[in-house]
Amino acid sequence: MGQLPNLNEFMRISRRILAGLATASLAVSVTSCGGGSDTSGSFDDTVTVGILHSLSGTMAISESTLVDTEKMAIAEINAAGGVTVGGKSYKIDYIVEDGASDWPTFAEKSKKLIDQDGVPVVFGGWTSASRKAMLPVYESKDAFLYYPIQYEAQECSNNIFYTGASPNQQSEPATDFMYKRSPAAGKPFFLVGSDYVFPRTSNTITKEQLKSLGGKVVGEDYLPLGNTEVAPIISKIKKALAPSGGGVIINTLNGDQNVAFFKQIQDAGITPSNGYYVMNYSIAEEEISTIGPEFLEGHYGAWNYMMSIDTPESKKFAADFKALYGSDRVVADPQESAYNMVYLWKQAVEDAGTFENSAVREALVGQTFDAPQGPVEVMPNHHLAQTVRIGLIKPEGGFEILEETDGVVFPQAWNQFEPSSKGYACDWTDPSKGERYKL
Amino acid sequence: MLLDSLFNGVAIGSVLLVAALGLAIVFGLMGVINLAHGELMMLGAYTTYVTQLIFKLPLLKPYYNAYVIVSIFFAFIVSGVVGILLEKTVIRKLYGSPLETLLATWGVSLILQQFVRSVPLAYGTGLVLSLIIGLFLPSVFSSKVKESINFKYVKFSSWIFAALAGVLSGNLISSSVSKLSRASARNVDVTAPAWMRGQVEILGTAFPKTRLMIIIITLISVIAITLFLNQSAWGMRIRAVTQNREMSDCLGISTEKVDVLTFGIGSGLAGVAGVAVSLLGSVGPNVGGNYIVGCFMVVVLGGVGNLLGTIFASFGIGIMTDLIGAGRLLSIWPDMPLPLSNTINFFATTSMARVMIFALIVIFLQFKPTGLFPQKGRMVES
Repeated sequence: MGQLPNLNEFMRISRRILAGLATASLAVSVTSCGGGSDTSGSFDDTVTVGILHSLSGTMAISESTLVDTEKMAIAEINAAGGVTVGGKSYKIDYIVEDGASDWPTFAEKSKKLIDQDGVPVVFGGWTSASRKAMLPVYESKDAFLYYPIQYEAQECSNNIFYTGASPNQQSEPATDFMYKRSPAAGKPFFLVGSDYVFPRTSNTITKEQLKSLGGKVVGEDYLPLGNTEVAPIISKIKKALAPSGGGVIINTLNGDQNVAFFKQIQDAGITPSNGYYVMNYSIAEEEISTIGPEFLEGHYGAWNYMMSIDTPESKKFAADFKALYGSDRVVADPQESAYNMVYLWKQAVEDAGTFENSAVREALVGQTFDAPQGPVEVMPNHHLAQTVRIGLIKPEGGFEILEETDGVVFPQAWNQFEPSSKGYACDWTDPSKGERYKL
Repeated sequence: MLLDSLFNGVAIGSVLLVAALGLAIVFGLMGVINLAHGELMMLGAYTTYVTQLIFKLPLLKPYYNAYVIVSIFFAFIVSGVVGILLEKTVIRKLYGSPLETLLATWGVSLILQQFVRSVPLAYGTGLVLSLIIGLFLPSVFSSKVKESINFKYVKFSSWIFAALAGVLSGNLISSSVSKLSRASARNVDVTAPAWMRGQVEILGTAFPKTRLMIIIITLISVIAITLFLNQSAWGMRIRAVTQNREMSDCLGISTEKVDVLTFGIGSGLAGVAGVAVSLLGSVGPNVGGNYIVGCFMVVVLGGVGNLLGTIFASFGIGIMTDLIGAGRLLSIWPDMPLPLSNTINFFATTSMARVMIFALIVIFLQFKPTGLFPQKGRMVES
């Protein structure tokens, strides 16, 4: 908005320079868009998919890791002979678009990818806000979005495939662990989050769950995005939890706000050694190394994938990523989820024998894949059945896995603790059930 | 309990105050709406980060504990010099046209944000270093030299020297500290040395040490700036120009020099604020933007052109934030009538407390539009 006057000013000063700049930047963006197109002789044809994440703005730090992982998965598939559809082998090509951490841009770029580039599938999104912005586009054009992030659920679109955890695959097992088996078992809970849709929905579910477990929530607070003044929250936590000698803090803060939060709670003596344990839903390996393990040591996290999983698949995934992007890089749950969805798409397309959406959608349900986290399966509600793990943050960074579920946990698109969605489910394989039906 | 509450209020207030102090001078005294103030803070925060990494080098490792103190001075110089450059190149041309100043400084703020994103910090440091040398080297020479050689050449050659020194130091830092050699939009972290972490117990209540440190930094800044403005000759000139520019000019005060100095000091204070906020959260290109609104709010509420007003306003807002946001009113008066306690509970979250405080400020300004302590007498504008 505010850019306009400045631009006009600029144009008055030198229209020509600006025009020159514009053409130059256009040329750059055109060349940078057409990624990885070198058709080698061994393929019969190419298929172009869309990748849509923020490469600039606040979310770029996180979302660019997904682009890296998706490119890696595509390169692996190509190296293994590409996608075979109807007897023809296709090389996967991709177009990377920048959502610019701006939600309407996500919708716009989706339209561009679908209409102009005609891609059969888009891998994209991170924040719930960006997904909510894209959803109507995919539904109206009957296109298909693969979305890789753990999220608050309460949504089940026929045109989105969710490979991240739903709350019953992350926050519910985590709450259960904290209430029953953590060192703070039975102690009261305090909920802290950034002020937007995911933390608020997630905390509503946690409150309902604790009510049924017999636990107590003694307070909750939300920090406006961009605000790093946590002093009032700290005094509230102390007031609420100190009488019971500590307790559990459920943390759904966003990105940088975690840094401020952990720096300041440590200074205020809210530490594991004093009986305060923080369970985090948004802190993975990447965030641990940015915030600094010295602030997070002794706190917890819950994910489907953790880099410390000791299986050949997990080790290979981490090693391949490091080999490609540098030994200082880490892999985390969102990346694993992004990696899985590319493979699941490939399998579904091969089974369907076409790139056409409705056939692929049908073939997708029931697909299984030996993911780095272990076997996963696509369920009729377009979510993924996957394993849940609880980890303790180690002093040197990363998680020590304390618990993992016995086999996969089935996803619930509609939460069973939240009163408004209790008793509902989603099933896209049965036309009479669809998005939301009563169990 | 009361002590704890008071401390929290003062702690929040002192962050606001140290951030707004520079603005109180630039906006309050000079009447310049500097939207790049937040970014000058950000430069201070990054200076702290760079200083921290440099103090991890083997040569300086023994003095690591002192890096925060050293970085306060560095941050003051870095932000001050960038501020001076900003004044000399942009703001000077726009005095008397506040709208253009606003747009131009907003543009500068975007440039500075993008600068730290896309230039490796090592070379950024080199660039700032060459700016410092280039601006100050000519004034080192004695007047004898200046008279015997054409001063243009002195200036020119010192800029060449400055550029050389900048490139060399940039390369040196980049080769010795690998973390600074690559550009990154990623937020970075300043870790306080061990002696500044944890708590200290005073009168039976535990206080976080970093908060105390910020209060101390704020106190020293306020005292230093007050002494400077009220006791020194330059301070007197600044006050004179603030009150009546034309008359001061007539009486032989170089208003140009006064402007540069005032803006430099205001910017330098923003740098000091950057050190303080880097101790609380992470350091990133957007860190300044988080504080800029609060800064303007404090200065406007306090009364433009009045340091005392800024001090009262920031502590007032700090204490109010704590009282409302942490729900302390309820514990002070436990058996308050139900409707009232429900309302207070509703506002007892960080986001709602902000809403409440903004609303209160708007109402207050309806009755006292000139702020808590309005400037009396003739001002520059009138």
